[in-house]
Amino acid sequence: MPGKLKVKIVAGRHLPVMDRASDLTDAFVEVKFGNTTFKTDVYLKSLNPQWNSEWFKFEVDDEDLQDEPLQITVLDHDTYSANDAIGKVYIDIDPLLYSEAATVISGWFPIYDTIHGIRGEINVIVKVDLFNDLNRFRQSSCGVKFFCTTSIPKCYRAVIIHGFVEELVVNEDPEYQWIDRIRTPRASNEARQRLISLMSGELQRKIGLKVLEMRGNAVVGYLQCFDLEGESGLVVRAIGTACTLDKLSSPAAFLPACNSPSKEMKEIPFNEDPNPNTHSSGPSTPLKNQTYSFSPSKSYSRQSSSSDTDLSLTPKTAPSPQGPRIYLCPSSPPLSCGSLHLKKSCLLLSDSSLAPHHCSLGSPVLRKSVSFSEELFLAASGMGSGSAGKEGGPFKALLRQQTQSALEQREFPFFTLTVFPPGFLVHVGGVVSARSVKLLDRIHNPDEPETRDAWWAEIRQEIKSHAKALGCHAVVGYSESTSICEEVCILSASGTAAVLNPRFLQDGTVEGCLEQRLEENLPVGCGFCHIPYDELNMPFPAHLTYCYNCRKQKVPDVLFTTIDLPTDAMVIGKGCLIQARLCRLKKKAQAEANATAISNLLPFMEYEVHTQLMNKLKLKGMNALFGLRIQITVGENMLMGLASATGVYLAALPAPGGIQIAGKTPNDGSYEQHISHMQKKINDTIAKNRELYEINPPEISEEVIGSPIPEPRQRSRLLRSQSESSDEVTELDLSHGKKDAFVLEIDDTDALEDVHSLLTDVPPPPGFYSCNTEIMPGINNWTSEIQMFTSVRVIRLSSLNLTNQALNKNFNDLCENLLKSLYFKLRSMIPCCLCHVNFTVSLPEDELIQVTVTAVAITFDKNQALQTTKAHIEKSLQRASADTEELLQFPLELCSDSLPSHPFPPAKAVTVEKANPMGEGNFRNRSAPPCASSTVGVVKMTPLSFIPGAKITKYLGIINMFFIRETTSLREEGGVSGFLHAFIAEVFAMVRAHVAALGGNAVVSYIMKQCVFMENPNKNQAQCLINVSGDAVVFVRESDLEVASVQQPTANCQPLCAGGEVTT
Amino acid sequence: MTSELDIFVGNTTLIDEDVYRLWLDGYSVSDAVALRVRSGILEQTGATAAVLQSDTMDHYRTFHMLERLLHAPPKLLHQLIFQIPPSRQALLIERYYAFDEAFVREVLGKKLSKGTKKDLDDISTKTGITLKSCRRQFDNFKRVFKVVEEMRGSLVDNIQQHFLLSDRLSRDYAAIVFFANNRFETGKKKLQYLSFGDFAFCAELMIQNWTLGAVDSQVDDMDVDLDKEFLQDLKELKVLVADKDLLDLHKSLVCTTLRGKLSIFSEMEANFKNLSRGLVNVAAKLTHSKDVRDLFVDLVEKFVEPCRSDHWPLNDVRLFLNQYSASVHSLDGFRHQALWDRYMGTLRGCLLRLYHD
Repeated sequence: MPGKLKVKIVAGRHLPVMDRASDLTDAFVEVKFGNTTFKTDVYLKSLNPQWNSEWFKFEVDDEDLQDEPLQITVLDHDTYSANDAIGKVYIDIDPLLYSEAATVISGWFPIYDTIHGIRGEINVIVKVDLFNDLNRFRQSSCGVKFFCTTSIPKCYRAVIIHGFVEELVVNEDPEYQWIDRIRTPRASNEARQRLISLMSGELQRKIGLKVLEMRGNAVVGYLQCFDLEGESGLVVRAIGTACTLDKLSSPAAFLPACNSPSKEMKEIPFNEDPNPNTHSSGPSTPLKNQTYSFSPSKSYSRQSSSSDTDLSLTPKTAPSPQGPRIYLCPSSPPLSCGSLHLKKSCLLLSDSSLAPHHCSLGSPVLRKSVSFSEELFLAASGMGSGSAGKEGGPFKALLRQQTQSALEQREFPFFTLTVFPPGFLVHVGGVVSARSVKLLDRIHNPDEPETRDAWWAEIRQEIKSHAKALGCHAVVGYSESTSICEEVCILSASGTAAVLNPRFLQDGTVEGCLEQRLEENLPVGCGFCHIPYDELNMPFPAHLTYCYNCRKQKVPDVLFTTIDLPTDAMVIGKGCLIQARLCRLKKKAQAEANATAISNLLPFMEYEVHTQLMNKLKLKGMNALFGLRIQITVGENMLMGLASATGVYLAALPAPGGIQIAGKTPNDGSYEQHISHMQKKINDTIAKNRELYEINPPEISEEVIGSPIPEPRQRSRLLRSQSESSDEVTELDLSHGKKDAFVLEIDDTDALEDVHSLLTDVPPPPGFYSCNTEIMPGINNWTSEIQMFTSVRVIRLSSLNLTNQALNKNFNDLCENLLKSLYFKLRSMIPCCLCHVNFTVSLPEDELIQVTVTAVAITFDKNQALQTTKAHIEKSLQRASADTEELLQFPLELCSDSLPSHPFPPAKAVTVEKANPMGEGNFRNRSAPPCASSTVGVVKMTPLSFIPGAKITKYLGIINMFFIRETTSLREEGGVSGFLHAFIAEVFAMVRAHVAALGGNAVVSYIMKQCVFMENPNKNQAQCLINVSGDAVVFVRESDLEVASVQQPTANCQPLCAGGEVTT
Repeated sequence: MTSELDIFVGNTTLIDEDVYRLWLDGYSVSDAVALRVRSGILEQTGATAAVLQSDTMDHYRTFHMLERLLHAPPKLLHQLIFQIPPSRQALLIERYYAFDEAFVREVLGKKLSKGTKKDLDDISTKTGITLKSCRRQFDNFKRVFKVVEEMRGSLVDNIQQHFLLSDRLSRDYAAIVFFANNRFETGKKKLQYLSFGDFAFCAELMIQNWTLGAVDSQVDDMDVDLDKEFLQDLKELKVLVADKDLLDLHKSLVCTTLRGKLSIFSEMEANFKNLSRGLVNVAAKLTHSKDVRDLFVDLVEKFVEPCRSDHWPLNDVRLFLNQYSASVHSLDGFRHQALWDRYMGTLRGCLLRLYHD
């Protein structure tokens, strides 16, 4: 009995009228945890009852504490008939289970009913007393911290980054149980909400156990998803990165390192005991003294979990216990394995006869499934392997060995992080992705969800082998997703193949001289662009050049990644959001035929999405994509592909070539005229974009490089595919000398459409920028005004004349119009940037397309950079660099070079101004937050991991909420728009209330993971499921901090020192 | 391709002041879009009509959801669903409770009942204010009236506390409530020249001096109902005109002092008795609630119109009224000095305000 949960019900307000006669309510409250229920007295005739109850005490196992939500039900007492439910509040008490987070949950919670929405509020206080548990075979993992943030959280320092953790839990969906036919919609919704809450708790606990086994103390980049598989069940799965984090108890102590990287500062992160149990809460202490042994741990972790990831630290040489993979032998040397695999993808990229590539798996478990997997490499052609420069060679080999040994211990060397401590990321290979089409089958035994596990294991294996083929040992920015339609499910995984610095992966044993060498050898700001693979073994007709920055190592001409832009990356100009959109019609089919049809379509879609991305990137005059996310959605009669990424111009990579249009019939005069007209338009667009995004790379004379480098104006050639290259193309090539050109052949209307669609993307209006990454290169003077929003659109396609082109156009218009609407709505925030723009597409019905966008608009001050006394700039720069440091939690390396390598030197700031012809001074006053004294505390929400102009001082715990809302009076609630608008507003309100009750004032890394909307207008009904998550935090405004620092002049002259005092 | 669903929800609720105004003015979405297009917003922002339509719909939906809360403004402050900065909340409330001059002149002094509500159609046609907007304004009046009607304490304070309005607007509402409760006639043709501001000014003076609250601040309805006892007592003033000697003495006192100071001295001298009779009779009649309702009609008929026809300058009216009320103190035979001051002090203020073209 290691825990006591205490709950007090204080009061209610704004309750609904439950008794029509008196216009009042006789309310009482039921408090339920596990199987125990307490009740308050009935507070007669009031809409604002004051219960002021005693403390209800629940004595429970910590396992239950982790799994179960606290359930509070508000009811209206009725003497003669059954009591009417007013609504419920579910409180996740997990944040109370680790000592550094919240200590009490106290505040007003909206009372939520799945039919009526929010009906008043209730004031509740919750506390937990935890006792030490000495049971080494415990099932709970209290004390492991969870973060949604995909970087090392601010105010923590990563001692070790252990690696990938995953888990999944399955159950029957209450909506599809027989009992659902006789119970009310409310009961059914509540059963579902409760079940998912339970499953999430269980999942989190199991992941926590794995983390403890790895001797970590936290999960970063925790991503939990639901698969509503309908008849076949409900799957809750999660992935994350296990870490050992150390709380930065006094950041001020680290600050001197900023100016003088003294030796002792440098040693701090490594010399300290990397013991995960720095937190004081009892349960985890036993592990500390326990000699680590694998067998018992394995036995208990397997008891009820469905794990396929082996947690033991013994090197595993034979992973993949399940289904035979045809092409992959894990023990074979990485390179041969890689090339074998690469051949396949070459074929894929050059050939249209793809059918042989999907293979049915013969494993008994997967009897009915058809699998196709395919990979998308960083560039259709522009990727390959390169020799490390002569100087780097032996070192690289050593590094590789080290990393390999560190990573080979793991079955899956994956990291869900997208932002890394400096020095962690050595090289980036490119995007690796894998997809597989499966047929869903009823999950017969929820305790043995081996099928789902096997599916994911298979995909992860594939990702791993793709990474190996790119000469990489690890995958970063890793994520997984599914798309389900009827009984067909597409599983997708993607990430960025990378070579990592082993230093962070082990217990600090490999530091020392290697570390020193590493820093000497890695040129600042371009190292990650250098190819990790071997140039001599290039499987692709790749185009490599020497790095434009250091001129020592080879770089590809284009780089695609799923991670955020590294902070030290050297970028020219600003970035922009780039999207590729695609629809493909598909015949309606059943089961296996359907799965086969989808499998056959997938490679074409991937290829086209990729081509579109390439074209658009070149059209923008840029050469790298970050934060790439490709979503393939399956519907009854179509497949949708949506890829979003942030394009940038990396200084280390060569200038992108232009786009060359070639006609099929060169002798036709008018046709040629048309072509040349188009060509001119494209060239103009590229020039315009270069100006818009301020891309003015310095001209480099050829002799410096010593390799053929296209001059900025000349085009580089990049054939779409070898097999298609015709004579004209070759001629064209010749006319441009040895230079490359990206040739688009216009040989049919399809291609014409393609070119047209390229040109239809309108840039955002002046004063607006957009990206889907955390930070926007080229903008650094953020002001504190932020606006997070969710926008949802559903369009109905006319069922007539549905062609691929019409469909594409509809989808393209939908997305473009949505963006235009956002720009219009947020026009008062100009100059501003939409960050972390996240599109999700779903196909709820035959002719419906739903697009959901969540993003945050952040204003920036275009004038700030202009008021330039030199001291001012220096100060802000210093702060910025110190900030970066905070951001990364690795103060040591950055110190010396953060100033010179800061991506936005003061000179740049002037150009920021130029970009905004709109907007006069009248926007300036908006930056001041007017909302100081409100009765309801302001809670900020943002999908980013930081809050501009503020410092996060405390993480209070993870927010992970699931809501269902249903209505049988759709028209009365304002139709589908009114219904969903109200529901999303309510979800925001409930998230804010929970954060405020934890004592927080913001949610960072907020994400709406699911928004499933179903309507039946004929029956006047609609239902919606929403799942959101994020990290509750406390932040302090930097301006407040500076005030504090004035009062404390003794501490240090740096403005950030004050942060130390505030941070707890 | 038709948009089935199209929503935008911000963590901080976006409020577009222009659209809010259009919504308050009762325009339909399509009318509002047309008006916005005419304002040149498309050219300024480079947006399309479709974008404008979607944006307008979205704002209208938000306002519709907020309306329920605006009916009880403290709820808006405590609710959790819409995160709105306090300055914006204040703006929403203030604008929602703002009213049109043309509308309030139609309704001022009328009973805020279902019957009046039925007349809103006509008011809408007459004033050119949309019916929807008329309804909102009428409902606002009625809601405020219902809440503060039977409350003790200062009327203005009560309104401010329960509706979180600005001081200015609370005072206006106090006037509306006061007029509605006492049913003062304001719609007669001869009163048409008066603005709401004129009436509100008078109402404030009357609330300060003529209500129960003026003597005792602890009674219910103190600021809403006139002090019945005071009205009864006003009969005593009749002696000022009924007693011929007193009237003559009064006249001579006023004329002596004002001789040479007024441009219209002779007209004043000729009209003194009529004017005095008018003012005192108004006081004496206030016992009957019907005559209370006609207070403003009487004041205009008995005082404002005669003076205006003789072209009295405003300054002369002021000098006259000051002297007229002050010289009563020198009348030895008159014992109701305090009563006279309570009556005339307020009336003097009102008359000066009412005296214009």
